Amino acid sequence: MNQQKEVIITKNLTKVYAHHVVPVKAVSEVNLSIKKGEFTALVGPSGSGKTTLLNLIGGLDYPSEGKVYINGTDISAIKKNRLIDFRLNNIGFVFQAFNLIPVLTAKENIEFVMLLQKKSRRERDQRVIELLKEVGLEDRMNSRPSELSGGQQQRVAVARALASKPKFVLADEPTANLDSKSTENLLDMMARLNKYEHMTFIFSTHDQRVIDRARRVVRLVDGQIESDITTEQSTQWV
Amino acid sequence: MLLLIAWRNIWRNKMRSLLVIISVALGLWAGTFIMAYAFGIIDQRLEDAIENEVSHLQMHHPEFKKDKDPRYYIPQGESLLQRTLNDERTQAASARVLASGMVASAISSTGGQFLGISPEAEQSVTGLQDKIIEGSYLDEEERNRIVIGQKLANKLKVKIRSKIVLTFQDTSGHLVAGAFRIAGIYKTPNTTYDETHLFVKSQDLRALLGLQDEFHEVAIMLKDPDKLEEFQGALQQQYQDIQIESWKELAPELRYMIESLDQYIIIFLVIILLALSFGIVNTMLMAVLERVREIGMLMAIGMNKTKLFGMVSLETIFLVMIATPVGLVLAYTTNQLLGQYGLDLSGLYQEGYAALGFNPIIYPHLDNIYYVRIMIMVAVAALLASVYPAITAIRLNPVTAIRKI
Repeated sequence: MNQQKEVIITKNLTKVYAHHVVPVKAVSEVNLSIKKGEFTALVGPSGSGKTTLLNLIGGLDYPSEGKVYINGTDISAIKKNRLIDFRLNNIGFVFQAFNLIPVLTAKENIEFVMLLQKKSRRERDQRVIELLKEVGLEDRMNSRPSELSGGQQQRVAVARALASKPKFVLADEPTANLDSKSTENLLDMMARLNKYEHMTFIFSTHDQRVIDRARRVVRLVDGQIESDITTEQSTQWV
Repeated sequence: MLLLIAWRNIWRNKMRSLLVIISVALGLWAGTFIMAYAFGIIDQRLEDAIENEVSHLQMHHPEFKKDKDPRYYIPQGESLLQRTLNDERTQAASARVLASGMVASAISSTGGQFLGISPEAEQSVTGLQDKIIEGSYLDEEERNRIVIGQKLANKLKVKIRSKIVLTFQDTSGHLVAGAFRIAGIYKTPNTTYDETHLFVKSQDLRALLGLQDEFHEVAIMLKDPDKLEEFQGALQQQYQDIQIESWKELAPELRYMIESLDQYIIIFLVIILLALSFGIVNTMLMAVLERVREIGMLMAIGMNKTKLFGMVSLETIFLVMIATPVGLVLAYTTNQLLGQYGLDLSGLYQEGYAALGFNPIIYPHLDNIYYVRIMIMVAVAALLASVYPAITAIRLNPVTAIRKI
């Protein structure tokens, strides 16, 4: 068992969408803490608040009430422009689709975030090769997204999410558009990264195959945590 | 990387980008060509007016121009002419005796300006002999011969060797008349001038006016037109009792035309650039709104607003950067070719142009500084056109944008 530091803490996190005719409470008083190295799935029916919670944790949206702490920093107090830089240096994102920049090759897509971070060319080249090896796409480094399969694109997206050396990776339904084999490959790869790079992953998903692989499953219903089940010691590397 | 992404982004929809590039290039080509055309037509009109009508400078008795009374002649005209001709800045000078009156043929009559000239001197100033299209120029030996314009010949229904009668006031205020035989018919690009100006030898007109060897007018052509003001000032200093006017005072409409042309051209160019800018804004806005999800993703992964603004602006700038040289090279080539060979509109608008004094063969030309000015204006327009789409992009909320994923 590894005692790990908490990377994410939410306190009474609430998000109300007031622009609807009737205000909608998408996330309601969620208290959650996620430690380094966790492999967590946020599950729940459509409209349960999974994506909203991910957006709040990822600093893409501001809470109506409550706080989000990332490595001890209250990100709900950070201004919009600075929050972009915070995301760049602390959080990796994998989306369901339209994940990559279509005009850049796999290599350039991975390199892109490091360029935003103003990393040196040497550092970038080294990290890109390392990550491409990790996701098994060295031979496709010069392919554009349109020349890659959905599974390969998601693997590049994971590599890009890791390129900035984030504190954790948020993945919003990463397998929703993938077939079984691609899903398995992607999950294997993420599990490997979790194990060897100790990378923290948080998924929102409907996919039972992802839920089966998660070591902690947080179930949301109507914006609230209904259950939080740890299948085994969540920070123990698989 | 931003440059690379922006460059590649513009080729994502090749047809749309090419259409923008073509429309900007064609707009610039058309705008630049019309500028060159306007300069060509105005410069040509000025050249024609100076060569055929007003010359660079004219000298008169200060009272003469009020009502063109023949009593107001230049005293000691001959010595003044010689001194002017001896000045190294003078290329040619022609002394004229003037009268205004009626000209009548057997069939018709009209008003006219009669110019008594020395054939040789007039040829050196206006090249009148070269404009004779029928008959011959004035002969030093033969008396009472006249050269008239084609338009007037048609109006009076006369031909070579026809007789016409000039009636005007002499220096004593009496009406005098003289019969002249048509020696030649001339034609300039200005039909209004051709209709009203008749040339006879100065001694024939002097005899009717009751003058000895006086002149009413000395027309001067300069070797260097850039020294116009300097020479005018020097002459005025020298002959304080004589009115010395340049073409700018003699043909003020031309001066105003030239002075206002620059402003018209800039207004015209701004209109073209505005139209092009709206086209660019429309296209770039389309390109941004098509990529809402992608832009949301870029913001989510850490692309800040400055970089995003830069990326969208660069896409606009690239489109314009490709289109501008294409348009300007097209325009430059067209202007050079037509400037050399001329654009012949005589089949279309000859009469209209000639009535206004314009030559129907236009030689467009544009100084290189205007190409530079256009480039600067296009660059400014491109920058301004890039602002709205770029602002639209940075105003996107990543959450809303990503929700569409």
